Amino acid sequence: MLEINNIDVHYGVIHALKGVSLKVNEGEIVVLIGANGAGKTTTLRTISGLKMPTGGTVLLNGADITNMSAQQRVKMGLSHVPEGRRIFAGLTVLENLELGAYLRRDKHEISKDLDMVYQRFPILRERRRQMAGTLSGGEQQMLAIGRALMSRPNILFLDEPSMGLAPLLVQEIFNIIQDINKAGTTVLLVEQNANMALQIADRAYVMETGSIVISGTGSELMKSDDIKKAYLGG
Amino acid sequence: MKKLIGLGLTYAIVQILIMTNAITGYLQATLVTICINIILAVSLNLITGFTGQFSLGHAGFMSIGAYVCALITMRVPTVYGFILGVLLGALAAALVGCLVGLPTLRLRGDYLAIATLGMSEIIRIIFLNMEITNGAAGLNGIPQFVNWTWLFTFTVGTVLVISNFIKSAHGRACISIREDEIAAEAMGINTIKYKVVSFTIGAFCAGIAGALYASYFYFLKPDLFGFLKSVDVLVIVVLGGLGSISGSILAAILLALISSYLQSFPEIRMILYSLTLIAIMIFRPQGLMGSKEISLSVFSKWASGLKSKRGRV
Repeated sequence: MLEINNIDVHYGVIHALKGVSLKVNEGEIVVLIGANGAGKTTTLRTISGLKMPTGGTVLLNGADITNMSAQQRVKMGLSHVPEGRRIFAGLTVLENLELGAYLRRDKHEISKDLDMVYQRFPILRERRRQMAGTLSGGEQQMLAIGRALMSRPNILFLDEPSMGLAPLLVQEIFNIIQDINKAGTTVLLVEQNANMALQIADRAYVMETGSIVISGTGSELMKSDDIKKAYLGG
Repeated sequence: MKKLIGLGLTYAIVQILIMTNAITGYLQATLVTICINIILAVSLNLITGFTGQFSLGHAGFMSIGAYVCALITMRVPTVYGFILGVLLGALAAALVGCLVGLPTLRLRGDYLAIATLGMSEIIRIIFLNMEITNGAAGLNGIPQFVNWTWLFTFTVGTVLVISNFIKSAHGRACISIREDEIAAEAMGINTIKYKVVSFTIGAFCAGIAGALYASYFYFLKPDLFGFLKSVDVLVIVVLGGLGSISGSILAAILLALISSYLQSFPEIRMILYSLTLIAIMIFRPQGLMGSKEISLSVFSKWASGLKSKRGRV
C-alpha cells in the first residue's frame, strides 16, 4: 500500500535519513523503533509531507506522491498524529475533532464519524465543550488520535503515542490502536516503547542513525538477541 | 434582526446628533478616528490575534490605501471618484500584502515582525521619494467626501466581513494555525495559503482605513504612517484582547476617549496615557475581552437581569 524507496533527508548539512526504504501492506500494523535521533520521526514526517526529502520516492498504492504537499496527501487518505500530540489547546474538543475533518465536505458522514470517535473515546464526548488544553495527557492523546480519524484515513501514522503517559494508559492506547487496525485502518507506528510496540506489530523495522538496520515480523524481532540487548532491556 | 435594529439605531442617533450640531468639529474628528481605528484594529486582529502572525506593518498598508485614494479623488473629485479611490486603494494594499506575504510569512514570530516592519518602512520611504506623492511636503487639499454615512458603512462592512470570515471554515483554519501550525498542516490545512489570505484581507481593510483617513483629514504626508502608527494599532489589538473582535472595537473606542479626555492635561498627557495602558495590562493581561466576544444577546440577558457565566453566548 505504502512504499518508500531510498529516502534521503537533510536538515541543513545534517544527513538525517540515509537511503531509508520500507513498506507497509494494507491492513498491517508496522512499527518503527529505534533510539533517540535515529530518524523515526523524520521518516514519518517525510511520508506525510511535512518534510521534503532530498532524494528517493514515496509511493502510495503505486502512485508517486513524493512531491505532493501535506494537504494533498491528507486528501489521499494519509493521516498523521504528530509527536507530542499537538492538539489545538485553545479550541474545544469538538472544534479539534471538526478540524480533523477539515478537508471533507460531506456533513452527514462527518457527523457519523464524530459518533464513531465518541464511541471509541467516550471521555471525549463528555468533554466536548471543554478547552482541549485542559485535558489530561492521556485524554489529549485520545483526542489527537480521534482528530486524525476524522479525516477517515486509509493509513494512520502515529508518532510516539505512549510518550509521557502512565503505563496503564499506554496499554489502553495500544489496545485502541489494535482496535482501529481491526476496523480496517492500516497503521504505521513509531515508538520508543519497543516492547509494547513489537507485541502488536505485524512487522517492524529498527532504525539506527538514519538507516534501517533490521527488519522482520514483530515476534521475530522480539526473539532476536540484538534487539533484546539494545531495546528491550536484556 | 436585533443586530440590524441595533446598528440602525446607532447610525440614526449619531446622524441626528451631527445634524443638530450636538456633535461638533472636534468630537466628529474623534468619531472618525475611532471608526478608522476600529477598521485597523479588527483587520490587524485577523492577522495577529486569529491567525497568530505577529505583524508590525499595518501602517504601510494603510498608507497605500490613503495615497491611492487621495491621488484618485484629487483627479476625479466626485463621489464616484471617492468610491473608486477607496476600492483601488484597498486593492492596491491587498496586492502589496499578498506579494509581501508570500515570501515573509514563512518566517515566524519576531522574525516576521521585523520583516513586516521593514516592509512598512520601505513603503514609507518610497512615498517620501516619489514625485507624484509630493515627497515629504505631502499631499494637500484632498477633496473631503467622508461623512458619517460612509464611515459607518465601511466600518460595519469591515467588521461583518472579518467576523464572518472567522466563523467560516476558512477562519477555523486560520485559528488552527495560531494554535499549532504543525498540527494544522497535518490536518490537511494549507498553512501558507491561509496565512497569505488573512494577511491579504487584513491589508485590504487597512487600505480602506487609509483611504477614509485621506478623504476626511484632506492632508497626507509619509510621516503619518511611520512605525509608531503600526504600534498604535497593535496596542489597540492587544489591549482589546488578541482574538476578540468586540475587544478591538471596545479598545479603539476606549483609547480614543481616554486620549481626547486627556487633552485637558497637555503637559502630562502622554504620561497619563501610558500609565493607563500599563494599568490595564497589569489588571487585564489577556486584554479587555481576552479571546471572548460580546454580542447583543448578552446585553439583552443583562437587561432581563439574568447573569450568564459563559462568555460566548
